Amino acid sequence: MKILVCISKTPDTTAKIAFTDNNTKFNEAGVQFIINPYDEWYALVRALELKETLGATVHLITVGGADTEPVIRKALALGGDEAYRINTDSQDSFYIASQIAEHARKQGYDLIFTGKETIDYNGAAIGGMVAELLELPYVSIAAKFDLNGTEATIRREIEGGEEVVKVTLPVVVSCQKGMAEQRIPGMRGIMAARTKPLAVVEPVAADTLTTVSSFELPPAKAGVKMISADNVEELVKLLHDEAKVI
Amino acid sequence: MSVIIFADQAHGKIKKVSFEAVQYGAKVAQQLGVTATALVLGAADNAELEALGNYGATKVLHVADARLNEVETTVFTKIIAAAVEQEAAQVVVFPHNFDGKAVAPRVAARLKAGFVSGAISLPDTANGFVVKKSVFSGKAFANVNITSARKVIGVMPNTFALEPTDAKASVTAFSPAISDADFKVKVSSVETVSGEVPLTEAEIVVSGGRGLKGPENWGLVEELAHSLGAATACSRPVADTGWRPHHEHVGQTGLTVRPNLYIAIGISGAIQHLAGVNGSKVIVVINKDPEAPFFKAADYGIVGDAFEVVPKLTAAIKQRK
Repeated sequence: MKILVCISKTPDTTAKIAFTDNNTKFNEAGVQFIINPYDEWYALVRALELKETLGATVHLITVGGADTEPVIRKALALGGDEAYRINTDSQDSFYIASQIAEHARKQGYDLIFTGKETIDYNGAAIGGMVAELLELPYVSIAAKFDLNGTEATIRREIEGGEEVVKVTLPVVVSCQKGMAEQRIPGMRGIMAARTKPLAVVEPVAADTLTTVSSFELPPAKAGVKMISADNVEELVKLLHDEAKVI
Repeated sequence: MSVIIFADQAHGKIKKVSFEAVQYGAKVAQQLGVTATALVLGAADNAELEALGNYGATKVLHVADARLNEVETTVFTKIIAAAVEQEAAQVVVFPHNFDGKAVAPRVAARLKAGFVSGAISLPDTANGFVVKKSVFSGKAFANVNITSARKVIGVMPNTFALEPTDAKASVTAFSPAISDADFKVKVSSVETVSGEVPLTEAEIVVSGGRGLKGPENWGLVEELAHSLGAATACSRPVADTGWRPHHEHVGQTGLTVRPNLYIAIGISGAIQHLAGVNGSKVIVVINKDPEAPFFKAADYGIVGDAFEVVPKLTAAIKQRK
């Protein structure tokens, strides 16, 4: 079985969000970058569990510049077998999905995992687009994935509940919490990752359909109004008269 | 020419997020000087379909096929693409909910349409077609220009207040060819929590954290929620320890909610929790620790013991009603 896990580099969840160049670029100064948590904790770790229990080769792909290599090495240290970096800084989801689909078409995977979204762009787009470009079934926001031969049983979230679906491989799945538990790479993994193959591939021609023209920060909150614990009636009054939410 | 809006249903009822999407799509149609057509897949009453006119749809295409009661992305994409051809649609609008997230990117790739998900503004067409979206888990916004001829937009739930009218839409049956073989993903079971307000659609959310000490005290949260007609939610530790199911967990790794009012009880307000609630219009924090970081993100705060404050608050709300 061959599994492809799509990896994205994102700022750490606690990073300060600020912009430069007239609010057109994310300010990377002092920011620590990590593997997008949904890609790592859920997609990658579940792929590694399948490798350990059923036997599989786990490939990693990221679409990004040379600055993404530390996070790819970390994904290799966790147990990925080989990695591909498509060398482009493009941010458009269709362009990125086209690169991943092109790679997957050549390699032929049984399973393609992505995170449910990245924590920076929050696009939730790549999995569905890759599935469409490859004409594969797609299951989004999966919380549990089991495999019996070539039949996958997947639990996914829906509004106010969950559903269980069955699908025959190959399939594209976007992953969220519940799929697997976070792992920390061991020293052996980190050493091994140094020599694992990381191929740098030039992008294929594809359309860019969106561009970010600028970023903005939300207006600052006016500040919290404190109310005495002995006067909850005051809170009810404020919520009704001032905030007008009850 | 038209704008097509995918109006998501569950058990034959159109979801509130779909009304928001229809209203958004109708406004985009007005901007472009074209008509707004809603598309409903699966069984639904005619009255439900006509009522989409209340939110600005002039026409509703309905595929009355019970196989479509649950989403299958390959089939839905095929149908939506067929509707786009028939109506010569330039823009396709989805609610950015679970079903929208499943289908919209597929449709965008099929149509080679630029895709913006989590839209929080109408397009600015003065200089291109710029839509504002939420990024960095609600900590910032990006203005995204869609440069392709066709465009797909996912509308962030609970962002646009509904302004219903009495208008009715005309309902037309739509029957593109679909075969059983198109259904690659088969639903084997569905579990929904019935009778409660769906968390992502709720206008008021009451949320509890570790400060409640144990599952036996959850009644405090439920009673307050009940008095307000609110949905209940929880922080990550509460879901992780199994007091409450995961689908009530809001935060970075859980759900994102954008209610009008979010009341946090015994939640310290870690940055990962804030990422799931920072789109709320008004935040009330009740915590016995005056240093809890959540107070910095709150509009109203009470420093006090939840076990004393919350029952008093519930009583005060009941009294007001």
